[in-house]
Amino acid sequence: MRPGENMKISHKAVEVEQQEWKKRRLKERMKQMLTIASPIILLLVWECLSRTNLIDVRFFPPPTKIIGTLFSMIYSGELFHHMWVSLYRIFCGFLLGAIPGIVIGLLMGLYSPIRHSISPIVMALMPIPTLALLPIIIILFGIGDFSKVVTIAGSVFFPVVINTTAGVINIDSIYLDVAKNYGASSKDFFFKIALPGSLPVMMEGIQMGQAIALLTIVAAEMMGATSGIGYLIWTSYKAFMLQEMFVGLILISFFGYLFSLLLRFIQKKILPWR
Amino acid sequence: MDTKISIENLTKVFYKKNASVTALDEVSMDIAEGEFVCIVGPSGCGKTTLLRILADLETLSAGKIEIKQDKKDRPLQSMVFQERGIIPWLTVEENVSFGLKMRHLPIQQVRERTDYYLQKVGLDQFKKLYPKELSGGMKQRVSIARAFANDPEILLMDEPFAALDEQNKFILQEELLSIWEETKKTVIFITHSIDEALLLSDRILLMSAQPGKIIKEIKNDSPRPRKIEQMRANQKTAEHFIEILNHLHEEVQKSRS
Repeated sequence: MRPGENMKISHKAVEVEQQEWKKRRLKERMKQMLTIASPIILLLVWECLSRTNLIDVRFFPPPTKIIGTLFSMIYSGELFHHMWVSLYRIFCGFLLGAIPGIVIGLLMGLYSPIRHSISPIVMALMPIPTLALLPIIIILFGIGDFSKVVTIAGSVFFPVVINTTAGVINIDSIYLDVAKNYGASSKDFFFKIALPGSLPVMMEGIQMGQAIALLTIVAAEMMGATSGIGYLIWTSYKAFMLQEMFVGLILISFFGYLFSLLLRFIQKKILPWR
Repeated sequence: MDTKISIENLTKVFYKKNASVTALDEVSMDIAEGEFVCIVGPSGCGKTTLLRILADLETLSAGKIEIKQDKKDRPLQSMVFQERGIIPWLTVEENVSFGLKMRHLPIQQVRERTDYYLQKVGLDQFKKLYPKELSGGMKQRVSIARAFANDPEILLMDEPFAALDEQNKFILQEELLSIWEETKKTVIFITHSIDEALLLSDRILLMSAQPGKIIKEIKNDSPRPRKIEQMRANQKTAEHFIEILNHLHEEVQKSRS
């Protein structure tokens, strides 16, 4: 068949597929629009209900007012003070929990005697909320930064240690065979197989630890603290300054989002092979 | 010719809670230097177990194996694994150089050999890619390049083409032959494909299942270099094919009854 011969039909076929493709694209865009629109609509509804006094303004101040409070707190510097204090505690607590979690998790994954002796302890301690230990932690470490750091570290440690162990154990046995067959030393085995192979599952644990760190900091700062986002939320609530309280809640939500974006970015960078 | 691998009365028993399965029953064979041997048998006949014992991934229960070492600095054996044998977090290049790096050879030498075999299997443009971006055929090329680059005394291959589609399989088989003819390594190649065994090997060993035993040996002296078309047209190859087929049929029937 010569090239031009089938022109008419094929042209039409392309047109049909083009229409289909446009429809699909439109649908995709609609879905994206929905994702952006739904929170905005929720805020609008809240604003209207609050302004028209259909819901109690004392409990649900209109979002525009909350934003106003947010800006005035930014200008006064009060916001940054609480923010930095909390971020510092989250950061230190996160590292203090995640690093031992990774190290112990790797050891547990690599050496089964270590795994069998430590895992019952980990399993026994894991269900205990670190927050329930807060009174003891405060007695031991005081009401300063360090007690908050320890509380966060305690909560971050468990998901990280469990996922790191699982990450090592679940490395496909064929890669262990390859390493053995090609004569990998134990050092090479660790750096070329165990560590990179467990990284994806380990990162999931770190992602979880990050989320738990945020949950913990707020609660930890509600008890025995004099600054921080949790303190801001708690004291505002007790003084019935609900606009300030909402600002605190917004901050937590914002940082939760920011951290998970950050971790996802790091994940992409260190796991290019996924 | 010199004997490269000698296996004497090799027996492997798997023991589990009072029940034992004899995977290999007094298997003996001698394989000459530079020989390409295919072991053919139904699944579960212990052929992979035999290979894993030679690869030092499994211990033997009784018997003796010996691989003659000609050069001191050479590894005894390298294995080409079934699909999934290449490591996903290493690039193509890092996978091919894996064995060399594990032996801590000088960087210059590692690079030269890696580049040489990357080019041999036609993957030099893809060397920076990760395995997830490769097709099944390309992955097995990486696996083959990795084993050859390691320059072992003997090569072990565990059904390396079993998961490929037929067209890719033909291409890789011929590529393997051309690389092999250049190095003339001693190879033990496991397969369940009779065609594959006839195309590649100098000698075919047939295995029976439970207990795993060598039941027949077939010399395959078709001239090299071989092409798939020639092998298909060859009368003698066709006879061998029928012979092996009948033998395996019998074995499968026996194990069923």
